[in-house]
Amino acid sequence: MVEKSVHEINKKIEDGSVNVVTAEEMVGIVENLGVEGAAREVDVVTTGTFGAMCSSGLMLNLGHSEPPIKIQKVWFNNVEAYSGLAAVDAYLGAAQISDTRGIQYGGAHVIEDLLRGKEIDVHATSYGTDCYPRKVLDTTITLNDLNEAVLLNPRNAYQKYAAATNSSKRILNTYMGELLPNFGNVTYSGAGVLSPLSNDPSYETIGMGTRIFMGGAQGYIIGNGTQHSPSGGFGTLMLKGNLKEMNPDYLRAASFTGYGTTLYMGIGIPIPILNEKLAASTAVRDVDIMTSVLDYAVGSRDKPVIKQVNYADLRSGSVQIDGKDVPTSSLSSFKNARKIANELKEWVKHGNFFVSMPVERICCEGSAKSMKQTQAVPLVKDVMSDFIVTIKKNQTVQDAAKKIWENSFNHLAVISDTGELVGILTAWDISKAVAENRFDSVESVMTKKVLTCAPNEPVDLAARRLDRYGVSAMPVIDAQRQVLGIITSDNISKLLARRY
Amino acid sequence: MKIKISIPTERIHNPIISESIIETGILLNIMVANIDSTYGELIADVKDSRFDKIKNALESRGAIVAILDRPIHRDEEECVECGACISVCPMKVYAFDETWGLCVDEKKCIQCGMCIKMCPHGALKLGE
Repeated sequence: MVEKSVHEINKKIEDGSVNVVTAEEMVGIVENLGVEGAAREVDVVTTGTFGAMCSSGLMLNLGHSEPPIKIQKVWFNNVEAYSGLAAVDAYLGAAQISDTRGIQYGGAHVIEDLLRGKEIDVHATSYGTDCYPRKVLDTTITLNDLNEAVLLNPRNAYQKYAAATNSSKRILNTYMGELLPNFGNVTYSGAGVLSPLSNDPSYETIGMGTRIFMGGAQGYIIGNGTQHSPSGGFGTLMLKGNLKEMNPDYLRAASFTGYGTTLYMGIGIPIPILNEKLAASTAVRDVDIMTSVLDYAVGSRDKPVIKQVNYADLRSGSVQIDGKDVPTSSLSSFKNARKIANELKEWVKHGNFFVSMPVERICCEGSAKSMKQTQAVPLVKDVMSDFIVTIKKNQTVQDAAKKIWENSFNHLAVISDTGELVGILTAWDISKAVAENRFDSVESVMTKKVLTCAPNEPVDLAARRLDRYGVSAMPVIDAQRQVLGIITSDNISKLLARRY
Repeated sequence: MKIKISIPTERIHNPIISESIIETGILLNIMVANIDSTYGELIADVKDSRFDKIKNALESRGAIVAILDRPIHRDEEECVECGACISVCPMKVYAFDETWGLCVDEKKCIQCGMCIKMCPHGALKLGE
């Protein structure tokens, strides 16, 4: 049995005899020495991660103006911050976008510009009070002019994250980057072997009060992050650190096309090896960390799982989907994660950083809830017409015209002999065929590229698709392409008419 | 070298590419072709020594030929070497080296611009 205390380890840090390695190096050490040997030999394992952490922001204090103002609304370089606090405090969220420049520039960019010593324009408004008479304020500040500039990040350092792909026929622009059509690529995030929480998955040493590397400075964990879901291995952390001490090498603003702005944070957490259990958990490898590849073509909270993979698969450069090698892209930087783990190792080695135990453990069970929604979202199957007229593709145009006439139905779903949807035919298509004097089979005059939707999709998404492609109806099909019904703009207007 | 062949609307119905290949006997390796009833644009690879000849043949038929000599440029200060660009590039311009640093093989670039939209850090630009 190996038992060490943080106090003993800190003494070794003080006298320079500490043995500190990165989580990558620990894998081989445990392989060679075994868990007990490694626990005896190694005192601290350093981890690191560097990736997009949208749920980040800056709590700042501007100091009082003359005459003073109780700020009601405030903008930094035209990016709005929250100021529903006392007089001159504000919270600037990384994902807030500029009123004038849109998603090119956001809160994250203001934070990086401040850190780089740039001047920031401040505009604030208020209603004015006896104690705070001023109503409008315009000034220019730099980081040095602020009393406090503290990063308070509600959700950082995800233990691991689901990878993303796209089964649809168009490019999707998401917070997981550009997803190419027909499973054209897979994107992922997370440092795998170096991921802080994956190296201490029972959160024995990582908890409230743990001292960490944050953006190049010493910061602290202040609790579990929002949406913390430890049961599925998706733990998160809430962090705090002084922006004035940080380094732009480890804090970068970014903007995802079609999505918005985010902050790339560099986080490193040292894990004191107090016992064998921690030696074993810090020997975690990429191959041990499993995650799902989700299909972002489904614009719903519950995205279908395409397959299970591990971080070794993701980092190999490609994963197999439907027998095809699909290239992968990392959105987080492994090179920087490694740099952080190494930098933190140097700090510990040279006595510049002492490890700490949490003052309180964070919860290691449970999952985040979904939103409670009191207004039910109608699904396609709730509003579609389940009466649908179909026609076989080899029938004639006259047959089709007759069906439309008899059923006073504008859209015919064209099906194959086995009942699969192959096209759609409207009264307009028939008029066109008649005008061109073409009376061959339905197949030759139908629209073959037919937009479809699934019965369990929210109506909003179907409506958006009808609007985007300028069509008036979509057949509703199941996974076997059997026609279940049709959703038309009529169905959707009726839904709204019912509501108001 | 990589070249871009643009075919204007009024010439789109003529078999310009085939005629030029047959006339000169120069092989074009077509890598990207976007052609519809109004416009055509192709990216092709051709031997440096044969460029002038195929250019003359194509241009005498109304096409516009340009050398793609300004590949993608990476701003090394902005780049965090995440590798987001790797999977969207159709030409495999980007790859990781053994230290997980990003390698850029500009010679393969066909200036399609896919990576520019993908890069979260705005580190990639064309024509610099």
